Amino acid sequence: MSEVLRRYGPVLTAVIVALCAFWVVMLVVLPQLLMIDFSLRPSLPPSRVGGPDDVYTVQNYVTLWNNTIHRSIFLQTIWASALVTALTFAVCYPVAYFMAQVAKPKTLPLMILLLVIPFWINELLRTFAWYIILAFNGPLNQALVGLGLIDQPIRFLGSPAGVIVGMVYVYILFMVFPLYNAIESLDRNQIEAARDLGSGWLRIHRRIVIPHAKPGIAVGCIMTFMLAAGSYAVPALLGGPSSRWFTEIIYNWFFEGGNWNQGAAYAFILLVLCVGFILGMMRLFKVGLTDVAK
Amino acid sequence: MSQDIELDHVTMRFGALTAVSDVNLTIPAGEFFSFLGPSGCGKTTILRMVSGFMEPTSGAIRIGGKDMAGIGPNKRPTALIFQNLALFPLMTVAENIGFGLEVRGVASTDRRKRVKQLLELVALPDTADKKVTELSGGQRQRIAIARALAVEPAVLLLDEPLSALDLKLRQHMRSELRDIQKRTGVTFIYITHDQGEALTMSDRIGVMSRGVLQQVGDGRAVYDDPASAFVASFVGETNRFTGRVIAATGGRAAIDTPAGKMIGRNPRDLREGDQAILFVRPERVRAADGAAENNVIDSRVSHQEFEGAFVNIFLEPVQGRPIVFQTANAGNGPGWEEGAAARVSFRPEDAVVLPPSDDIE
Repeated sequence: MSEVLRRYGPVLTAVIVALCAFWVVMLVVLPQLLMIDFSLRPSLPPSRVGGPDDVYTVQNYVTLWNNTIHRSIFLQTIWASALVTALTFAVCYPVAYFMAQVAKPKTLPLMILLLVIPFWINELLRTFAWYIILAFNGPLNQALVGLGLIDQPIRFLGSPAGVIVGMVYVYILFMVFPLYNAIESLDRNQIEAARDLGSGWLRIHRRIVIPHAKPGIAVGCIMTFMLAAGSYAVPALLGGPSSRWFTEIIYNWFFEGGNWNQGAAYAFILLVLCVGFILGMMRLFKVGLTDVAK
Repeated sequence: MSQDIELDHVTMRFGALTAVSDVNLTIPAGEFFSFLGPSGCGKTTILRMVSGFMEPTSGAIRIGGKDMAGIGPNKRPTALIFQNLALFPLMTVAENIGFGLEVRGVASTDRRKRVKQLLELVALPDTADKKVTELSGGQRQRIAIARALAVEPAVLLLDEPLSALDLKLRQHMRSELRDIQKRTGVTFIYITHDQGEALTMSDRIGVMSRGVLQQVGDGRAVYDDPASAFVASFVGETNRFTGRVIAATGGRAAIDTPAGKMIGRNPRDLREGDQAILFVRPERVRAADGAAENNVIDSRVSHQEFEGAFVNIFLEPVQGRPIVFQTANAGNGPGWEEGAAARVSFRPEDAVVLPPSDDIE
């Protein structure tokens, strides 16, 4: 703090502190507090708000516990988000490794550009593109049938597979770049030393590259998981009744049920349980918070 | 077990650049062989070809008589010690040393036993559970050696592993390396640009310049009987006189220089009229006594450098280079005053006349 003061002087320091405080209080703390407050009150018509019935209650939280359909959708969302995270990692790790350790300095900018260009397009539009690709009469089914791999077109849309494929695509960048940064900092001699000592490629990745890249893997997985669990557009567009996402139920409470209090409770449960899930995973893979902060 | 290495007309090209040019060499089992040369001379390329990280453009590399073409670095009986050692920072010392054994599926109890033996070999018995980052530079050096020896390589390849250490430690590690090599009997191939390291440790030295193996021989041969102007100027300090050969008989050649006629050995059979350079070591130049008749230089002392055990005396430059000679510090004070007249000479058998080449500066 005194370092900041010395460097920027009292006026600029005050401005910086005020802006940070505004950001934290107005954009993070206050909305969350309002949400919690909402979630702990019953949904009442405007005339009775503030009246004798407007008391604090945990009824909104109990609703999820009692509603078996919502509960199973919630669990399915967590499970599917974990699957999306794992698949995104599986897709991105080879790409990130190639970019960080194999690609020549000349081809690297081109690779990064090719990765980034699709993301200049709006997420909704990209998801619609997948809608077209995955359609029953779409190019993917035509190609698979044409190649003789399948006899009948597969109904991807509305199935969990469609949602998961769409999400993996949407969140690739959030995984590739943390992985790339982590792997890029690995001394190539480490890889060569392991190879020289007789190690095969699988072991080199398991014992040398992945342990080194663990903080980057953690960051990529946390971002992908949180974004997937909180995603709305992809499941709404590519999903169907059999692949409903918990966010869709929250949306329904807010905008179709008009029950903001119930929606707030659901949203808060999603947040808390996702954070809990992530902390549990970090514990499991022995990743510290300081590793992630690096 | 230790094995022979054979480089059979090995050439390596990168595009238009020839990094290694037609190197032919056999290194017998159990030898300490050094490749000596300036950076960019191709010595590291040779090392990477022997270890399997590169395949030669043409020629063959055989280890123990077996052609290594197409065999990856993880399948070759070689172990490489990297310039920056490349120890695994996330593993303990024991895990580092045991890595090669883990790869080979050695059971963990046997592994622990072997690691213990190796730690004793490198005189660091109590470091097994330490992190690599807790060790000093010299200790890391020894762990790197132990890790490489753990896989019982036929050949140990060392890529300037001492360059990061300070002078005292470097000198200590030289004798340590030599000692470990003698005890294990493993063939060592050592890469260095430091002629002191090459001369003190090696059984034989291969001097390289611009991808060409200029000379192979023991330290004395390379130092006293250089085969080319590059070897003469790269290995050790030397005085140099350029001129034309005016007489060549009986294994001697005389050249004409601004400092007078100079005579030296003529190993390359230069003929009268050839352009030539005469090289003579500073420690072979001495104050001329009355009897001296050949190779006498009359000059003045320009300055001197006190080195401790000896003193380098610099005379006025000839052909743009000061003439240097050494006198032992025998404890009788400075004998050569700056600006004083000096008359020095050297014996023809201590000088060598070689054809000029463009790889000396």
